[in-house]
Amino acid sequence: MTAADTHRAIEAVFRIESARLIAGLTRMVRDVGLAEELAQDALVAALEHWPESGVPDNPGAWLMTAAKNRALNDLRRKKLVERKHEELGHDIEAKQEAAVPDLEAAIDDGIGDDLLRLMFIACHPVLSTDARVPLTLRLLGGLTTEEIARAFLVPEPTIAQRIVRAKRTLSEERVPFEMPRREELAARLSSVLEVIYFIFNEGYSATAGDDWMRPGLCEDALRLGRILAELAPNEPEIHGLVALMEIQASRTAARVGPSGESIPLFEQNRAGWDHGQIRRGLAALKRAEDLGGALGPYQLQAAIAACHARARAPEETNWSRIVALYGELARIAPSPVIELNRAVAVSMAYGPVAGLEMVDALVSEASLAGYYLLPAVRADLLAKLGRFEEARAELERAASLTKNAREKELLLARAAACARGSAPRTR
Amino acid sequence: MRFMMIIKANKKTESGALPDPREFEAMGKYNAELVKAGVLLDAAGLHPSSKGARIQFSGGKPTVKDGPFTEAKELIAGFWILQVKSKEEAVEWAKRVPFNPELHFEGQGEIELRQVYEAADFGEELQVAHDKALKGS
Repeated sequence: MTAADTHRAIEAVFRIESARLIAGLTRMVRDVGLAEELAQDALVAALEHWPESGVPDNPGAWLMTAAKNRALNDLRRKKLVERKHEELGHDIEAKQEAAVPDLEAAIDDGIGDDLLRLMFIACHPVLSTDARVPLTLRLLGGLTTEEIARAFLVPEPTIAQRIVRAKRTLSEERVPFEMPRREELAARLSSVLEVIYFIFNEGYSATAGDDWMRPGLCEDALRLGRILAELAPNEPEIHGLVALMEIQASRTAARVGPSGESIPLFEQNRAGWDHGQIRRGLAALKRAEDLGGALGPYQLQAAIAACHARARAPEETNWSRIVALYGELARIAPSPVIELNRAVAVSMAYGPVAGLEMVDALVSEASLAGYYLLPAVRADLLAKLGRFEEARAELERAASLTKNAREKELLLARAAACARGSAPRTR
Repeated sequence: MRFMMIIKANKKTESGALPDPREFEAMGKYNAELVKAGVLLDAAGLHPSSKGARIQFSGGKPTVKDGPFTEAKELIAGFWILQVKSKEEAVEWAKRVPFNPELHFEGQGEIELRQVYEAADFGEELQVAHDKALKGS
């Protein structure tokens, strides 16, 4: 094994252990920034010693000891006079001496909770999305700053700065290393899920030719979601989010055409869907459902995605169920886009007249003004009703709103078909 | 990226004898670690080759041969599919598979790692051909 090989092997170990390490250290030193520095120091120590001594049997325990030793040395070196700091040093030293034989137990005991606390901190709502996302990927996702920068198409120093500022904000706001109080739990959890889904969507929106770290963000988000699902198995929305991500990701191979254009759901080759991933998604959805309780937005979106995933062909889609699910989603988390999706489902279940009525009501919606799918959907429904001239006008409007060249071509082709008075191939 | 982690067979797994409860527990703990780390996508144990078959092709024609097959070391007894960021990470997980010297494996065994092809690995032309074939069927 070359030195470079050994280096990479040690980094792989660190990637596996780092989140737990940082979580345990944060509990000790009560400062996320310091905890991360100590973890990095432990990595440096590993890179120095392991090439010769070999990777230890329990690398997590070794890294924790190295980090704790560093913390103690730092305290001694600073020669802090304040009694408080001396006492703290004695405390840690005493615990350290007592803890050495039980290091494994100490690390495992409560570490799950520590990891969950770390997730809550990294996704704290006091931080902006710009700050939460890279901080979470760094502390919990095990990504390096460089990898995060490549994934978000942003220079590395920018990411480094965002992470530094995030840690400083947490420190200044004195965000405690505690589980959120019961009354805050739903909102704090929602914040964590938002971060994970944001990461997923960044990856999902990656286009061919992007750095492979970008679509890799989907895997990173799924991994974080799965970890969270084990840390808090009784929270149905977590399983709902994992289900949604698995099912969406299952279509990755089928949803992009040879020229990089996105293929709509109903035209995708369903044999190209990753059925193992669908199976995992449906299993996660079942875990959510088995927990009972009111359905949250992620669980609802996952249930809708599951309806599509279960249909072997578009004609087998259970549209009335989808309509009911969108109805519930529109009730708890209304938005114009959800309303548009609901209109499509209604038209599929109950016919184009019912759908068109709903879409017409959205035409004046300001937030959808530049959204090409609104006129595109309207065109579909008009064409189904034989109103080809109006459909043509809507398709041309849709074409003018999309930035994607291939998509524009397809829309204009459909407009031309309408001009000839024939029903264009619909979605 | 995904890796298949394959555990090789031995005389004991080929005999169809069920694992020692301590071994089962150790493997259960290991699998739980994979789940907690969010890396486990799939896993299964395989019945001994006596319940299986081989289909050998010669001149394009298949011949069926029922198990058992004799070279235990070359046979497989189970697999995991892991989602990892690098081969090194898969190797690290493989190194943690429990082979307890006190239990029947006598501390010995072999894990093989193979990277799983993703659709993107095949490139555009093959993808288009593959899609065409599936649409036609």
